[in-house]
Amino acid sequence: MGKIFRFHTDVDTDQIIASQYLLFPTVDEMKAHAFESLDREFASRVQPGDYVVAAGNFGCGSSREQAPAVLKALGVKAVIAQSFARIFYRNAINIGLPVIVCKELYDYVEDGDEMELSLTEGIVTTGGREYVCTKLPPYMQGILDQGGLIASLNRSEA
Amino acid sequence: MSATMIEKIIERNVGKAVKPGDIVTVFADRVMIHDIFIPFVAEKFEEMGFQRLWDPDKVVLIYDHLVPASQVDDTRHFQVGNAFVEKYGLTHVHRSDGICHQLMPEAGYVKPGDVVFGTDSHTTTYGCVGAFSSGIGYTEMASILGTGTMWIRVPETIKVTVTGKMPENVTSKDIILRLIGDLGADGATYKALEFAGDTVEEMSIASRMTMANMAIEAGAKCALFAPDEKTAAYCETELTKEQKALAADRDASYVREITYRAEDLVPVLACPSQVDNIKPVKELKGLPIDQVFIGSCTNGRLEDLMAAAEILKGKKVAPFVKLIVTPASRKVYQEAAENGTLSILAEAGAIITHPGCGLCCGRTGGILTDGERVVATNNRNFLGRMGTSRVEIFLASPRTAAASAVAGQIAEAGF
Repeated sequence: MGKIFRFHTDVDTDQIIASQYLLFPTVDEMKAHAFESLDREFASRVQPGDYVVAAGNFGCGSSREQAPAVLKALGVKAVIAQSFARIFYRNAINIGLPVIVCKELYDYVEDGDEMELSLTEGIVTTGGREYVCTKLPPYMQGILDQGGLIASLNRSEA
Repeated sequence: MSATMIEKIIERNVGKAVKPGDIVTVFADRVMIHDIFIPFVAEKFEEMGFQRLWDPDKVVLIYDHLVPASQVDDTRHFQVGNAFVEKYGLTHVHRSDGICHQLMPEAGYVKPGDVVFGTDSHTTTYGCVGAFSSGIGYTEMASILGTGTMWIRVPETIKVTVTGKMPENVTSKDIILRLIGDLGADGATYKALEFAGDTVEEMSIASRMTMANMAIEAGAKCALFAPDEKTAAYCETELTKEQKALAADRDASYVREITYRAEDLVPVLACPSQVDNIKPVKELKGLPIDQVFIGSCTNGRLEDLMAAAEILKGKKVAPFVKLIVTPASRKVYQEAAENGTLSILAEAGAIITHPGCGLCCGRTGGILTDGERVVATNNRNFLGRMGTSRVEIFLASPRTAAASAVAGQIAEAGF
């Protein structure tokens, strides 16, 4: 089980990690500032295995890969949103952060609720109910299963 | 089989027929990396175990976000970048020539029908010359540097037709803002935009750049204008038969078609803090402002500076307003100096800065604080983009921005 951190629609990558922190040399140094403008406590409260649940168009805006990277570095297990902006979506899969589309979930959960995700089944369980999520196309699932693009490239060359 | 423009470009690239939804591996004709992400690209490239670039001639490195350095830490990006250039033999390197999206078409790195990827979301800009160009992350860029390829999903296309003559105060910026408002911030996600109609055919390449640049603000993967004689002149080339054939077939299939009559359009603003929060300038007329910014890869070209100068000529910027003008490239800067535009702007009270991303990415040159309001010609008005998260950013055309600078409040040119 993990805790839900719930965010609104059109969360942009500046809100996930503001541009001034992109100058830090490593993602580990940036991660304490994740979602800073929306929730100053996020980075200190989130625990490995927790989830980010959002409405539509999550991760819109810039191409910064540090946006999914800080969430992964903080231990966020998956982001479940009604829809994703395309660059964020690709970046997340490439670094091995599961991004799951679920139209229903957002409307039925509150910040702080507990939930469980079965990645293989694409099913979220929370509040005694199951929510069916959209499965990734096999090609992208393959990259994710291998832990991201680097692992996937290394494997295809081996 | 009939095809849209993006389908034709991808077919030409992969050598087989495609349809929306197909996942194909494309070959990059050119890639662009900028200073902000070069350290991460370099790190991932080595982590992937590559020994050499797939083709150094196809790689362009541009320093623009951090030029000139405003903080000591910025210089690390140049050091890492320079070491990468040295080690892997890059030859296309721009260290102070201007903004990446201005330079890529301006310096001739992009041609009609090319497939181009860049580490910046506004890479969609090169659709202005009929190239498929899109933004990607640094891991993906590292992978392309080693392999020359990237997988993509062939997108569906939304066709946007604009016909008729634009009213005097309406520019291509007003058209793209209106479209983003109508589509919504995710209205074109995963899709291609294709622009058509006599209004866009009449437009300069610079005006088309403004529209292609902002396609990402509706979530689009790319935005395309069919190459024509203006494209050929801009690219200093003659269009090949293949390039001429890139225009969509008459009976191509679209997921959505939107048509505007240019005569019906009005100057608009994107209001805080979403790019799709569009209102006519008239509705906000009189709202006091603290600063105006004319520049960026969206609207920092010669025609933009000249449009501002036309309005500012013989006038003064309101005493409490700072007008910051940032030419998009050194070439634009020089041309604006030579034709007298810069002196008109300076005479009116503008602060003219060096070319670069500057204020648009919130790094340098006019950072704002809580409660301040800015009218800006760039592409994003997100919270915290140009200073603190309590700055109100209104996006507009250079004409509206210049008129507002004189009035000291939101204003429409000529009213």
